[in-house]
Amino acid sequence: MSTEIKEREPLFSPKNMKLLTTPLNLSNPITVQVLGICSALAVTAKLMPAIVMSISVLVVMAASNVVISLLRNGIPPRIRIIVQLVVIATMVILVDQVLKAFVYDVSKQLSVFVGLIITNCIIMGRLEAFAMANKPWPAFLDGIGNAMGYGIILIIIAFFRELLGSGTIFDFRVIPQGAYDFGYVNNGLMILPPMALITVGVIIWIQRYYTRELIEEN
Amino acid sequence: MYTNGYIFRYAAIMVIVAAALLSLAAVLLKPFQDRNMAIEKMGGILASAEVEGVETDNTIELFNKYVVEELVVDKDGNGDPYTDGKMEDGPAFKINMKKELYKENKGEAYQLPIYIVNKDGETIYVLPLRGVGLWGPVWGNIALKEDFNTVAGVTFGHKGETPGLGAEITTDGFCNQFKDKEIFDDAGNFVSIKVKKGGVQSMPQNMQIHGVDAISGGTITSDAVSDMINDVLLAYLPYIQKQRAQ
Repeated sequence: MSTEIKEREPLFSPKNMKLLTTPLNLSNPITVQVLGICSALAVTAKLMPAIVMSISVLVVMAASNVVISLLRNGIPPRIRIIVQLVVIATMVILVDQVLKAFVYDVSKQLSVFVGLIITNCIIMGRLEAFAMANKPWPAFLDGIGNAMGYGIILIIIAFFRELLGSGTIFDFRVIPQGAYDFGYVNNGLMILPPMALITVGVIIWIQRYYTRELIEEN
Repeated sequence: MYTNGYIFRYAAIMVIVAAALLSLAAVLLKPFQDRNMAIEKMGGILASAEVEGVETDNTIELFNKYVVEELVVDKDGNGDPYTDGKMEDGPAFKINMKKELYKENKGEAYQLPIYIVNKDGETIYVLPLRGVGLWGPVWGNIALKEDFNTVAGVTFGHKGETPGLGAEITTDGFCNQFKDKEIFDDAGNFVSIKVKKGGVQSMPQNMQIHGVDAISGGTITSDAVSDMINDVLLAYLPYIQKQRAQ
């Protein structure tokens, strides 16, 4: 009979830290897994909405990952997708209601994005791929990591779209009036969704240039 | 293997728990949300009249201070004034614009609110607006000066216009364009204010006083704002004409 007590894994073991850091680069939800593209197009015309969206996705993702991870042993496999959807939808509506009641200004900024979170395939993907098979704490970290990987790309895209499309950062004019007098014009194309896709493409290009692991063999 | 019975029970309990949780949240948070909405409505009215220093905390206080009279106007242009008591309890404040404009559309009798703001001796008439945007309702307030022609200011709000595009109608940059525009031409005919795609410069010289620039990439929302101003002002027109005739 083994009296060996299983050693408790430290909260921030290298394995757990990896859950936080790989989604930032090696398995980034947007640039590597190419998920959540629609919201990356929809909310990145300005920096502020992109940041608020990133934070909301972070909250919903971490919370639903934990809930699904707690329930994982009782969920019947045949209806697991439905269960996941119910959890995400409930979480999103709760977040929306709380925001409306206590931080009304933020909730107004979010407007339709809150609904968009439900359809964000990154969240469903992580529940299905990770939370269904792991304990709550790693699932929590995985949720945070992936939401950050998503948020970073969103913020980078929004930065360039707002700077080049409107000449502002956080609605604060950064391109001097002199440049306009000299003939500089804001690029209206940056405001439109196609340029978000092209920006994503450029980010993927730069990321692959610096991250050799991502380059396929042939 | 899970039995069918287990799956049904699991699903039933899950939806009941989720439903209970959501209804509880909705019921408990409703008073806070209603209050926020009332404050937002008051804030919009004050902002369109260019009252300064309006914060979430002091909105109600300032609303009761600056709004000196509320009117309920009907389709014949008669106004029913309300001056005593708290303005937030007045009959005009409780009017549901959506229902009244629907009645107006069907040709029935309707009642619309007007808020009269006294800002340092200057009288400003604030008319609430409501219309249909790209993804959902849009609304706002238009403040007219005493001549019922010159715009003193506007505010807009929306349920879910596209962020960064249509949603820009709420920004100061868009709203400030309306200031000092006129809703009647020199002959006294009602022309409303057009939100013009391609910019005010593309309009004839004599129409430029009745136009503002649309939002690039937000054409449908811009058109919606244009239609909203026109349609709602038409509903107020009997009252406005009566006041102008005096």
